[in-house]
Amino acid sequence: MTLTTEDVGARLAFDRGTPGRRGVGVPRWTGEPTPLPDAHLLRESVRLPELSQNEVIRYYGALSRRNYSIDTGTYPLGSCTMKYNPKVNDLIASLEGFAHAHPLAQPEHLQGILRVLHELQGYLGEITGLAAVSLAAAAGAHGELAGILMIKRALERRGDLAQRRRVLVPDSAHGTNPATAAMAGFTVQELKSGPDGCVDLDALEAALGDDVAAFMITLPNTLGLWERDIQRIVQRVHEAGAYVYGDGANLNAILGRMRFGDLGFDVVHLNPHKTFGTPHGGGGPGAGPVCATPELAPFLPAPVVTEADGWYTQFRPDDSIGRMQQFHGSVGVLLRAYAYIRTIGREGLAETSGNAVLNANYLRTLMEAHFDLPYDRRVMHEVVFSGNRQKRQNGIRTYDIAKRIIDHGLHPPTVYFPLIVEEALMIEPTEAESRESIELLAQAFIEVAEEAARDPDALHAAPQTAPIGRMDETEASRHPVIRWQPRPE
Amino acid sequence: MEIPADLRYTPEDEWLRLEADGTATVGITDYAQGQLGDIVFVELPDLGRTIEAGQPFGVVESVKAVSDLFMPVSGEIVARNDALEQSSELVNQSPYADGWIARIRPSDPAQVEALMTADAYRAQLPADAE
Repeated sequence: MTLTTEDVGARLAFDRGTPGRRGVGVPRWTGEPTPLPDAHLLRESVRLPELSQNEVIRYYGALSRRNYSIDTGTYPLGSCTMKYNPKVNDLIASLEGFAHAHPLAQPEHLQGILRVLHELQGYLGEITGLAAVSLAAAAGAHGELAGILMIKRALERRGDLAQRRRVLVPDSAHGTNPATAAMAGFTVQELKSGPDGCVDLDALEAALGDDVAAFMITLPNTLGLWERDIQRIVQRVHEAGAYVYGDGANLNAILGRMRFGDLGFDVVHLNPHKTFGTPHGGGGPGAGPVCATPELAPFLPAPVVTEADGWYTQFRPDDSIGRMQQFHGSVGVLLRAYAYIRTIGREGLAETSGNAVLNANYLRTLMEAHFDLPYDRRVMHEVVFSGNRQKRQNGIRTYDIAKRIIDHGLHPPTVYFPLIVEEALMIEPTEAESRESIELLAQAFIEVAEEAARDPDALHAAPQTAPIGRMDETEASRHPVIRWQPRPE
Repeated sequence: MEIPADLRYTPEDEWLRLEADGTATVGITDYAQGQLGDIVFVELPDLGRTIEAGQPFGVVESVKAVSDLFMPVSGEIVARNDALEQSSELVNQSPYADGWIARIRPSDPAQVEALMTADAYRAQLPADAE
């Protein structure tokens, strides 16, 4: 089936308007025209949409009404922590003194912002138990890269780098972990998880050696499970002379209750958009703070904010791995994370993780009679079901279930991740949902499971109420069309 | 689910077939392609490359996941299935024939004998595998 722009319900900007129409009246140039040198022209001409201002506004208005966002409904996308973004965070970040500060302004004109960033470094150091903090990186995976580069530099300084070339990563890890290690020049070795979904101590033991640089671990892990042997894991990795890298993506499960530093981790990155309620995406860079031990502090990415006698300055640590991006990091995002932490405080942070765990376990209890649960034990902040029962009994795949959830007015869950669960169906209700919305969410999944037994074709045909029906994702991946093409006349 | 009796297998769901000329053809099993779902891209190894047993030699990407391909035995790559660059769906449609991935000249024929038989491969799959 070929989708036309009419099927989408909103014609693209290129298919709207009329030749010669303009959104802005540009004054006519009355001076001597100077032709552009031909050698510098990229192309003869370029077709641009020709629309009035009114048409542009209506076009984007129509598109925005097709959005599904955390502000429109429950968004149970597992592993992503789609939780409420408090509006006070936006208010703080848009205060004139913050929003209008120029990145090249002198430190005397930036004392307010620098103080906030310094305090945020302190909070993140306290929250993680790893006091050396840099806010420089522009995303979680970017912070991950910074952290692994810090480990690389530390190995180089102790004369170990030529020998320590392997980074161990569990097979349940986020894809960014092996990608980060490979990008930093290490060889990645995947570790098979044990039957309980946790790190298999024997597999770890067998993989450790004097050529291992680091072990990357997510805590709780991507199955939403607590690593029961975490203390032993950290001890064994350290005894082998390697570093423990922590993926802080699931910090919202342990916030205010457990600290990576106290467990012996060497460096972690955080995802403020998951843990501290800053927006996901939003058209600009995010932030990926890194928190490390004093041993790794000299290698932190620049800049780091420091304070002396009430005066705040930025500095480059002695042996810094360098800059991760220009200027001061993604200050707009960092301000929102700061506002989140200040708004709810220490007790509020602990309450947040308590609610994240309570909500996930409540949802697990409501749904467990209807879906297979490959790791049947108490979870932390999210729960991973399997659609295997529906696949076996009804010929329905997790993909079909996810599409049918759209017809219930909800965003689908994460599917087919983590890779070690067949037909994975991963739900993270987050700490921000009420008891009623979790019950509605569970009800929707249960109705879909019942429908799978009664009328499987309805699931194969889903979604039926969305502006666009079932997409051909295979064809889109095999033959992607990534720019607008003129329609044949 | 098809598991031809005349092939050898690995726990990573690759198959290997010893050819008359002493080379060996390698691909992924019917079970593996079913688990991956529609395959949208296959990264093939360079010709002439020497690969150790158990080392990654390529990548398969499906709509669900990206997975490394692990070489069952050590040797040199002597052929690769370039048709997959345009038609990755061959791996789904014909995992043991048209969807083969690479051909290797094994450096240690004893390694071939050490691979799993069809029965052994079937026995280590999940009980409800289909």
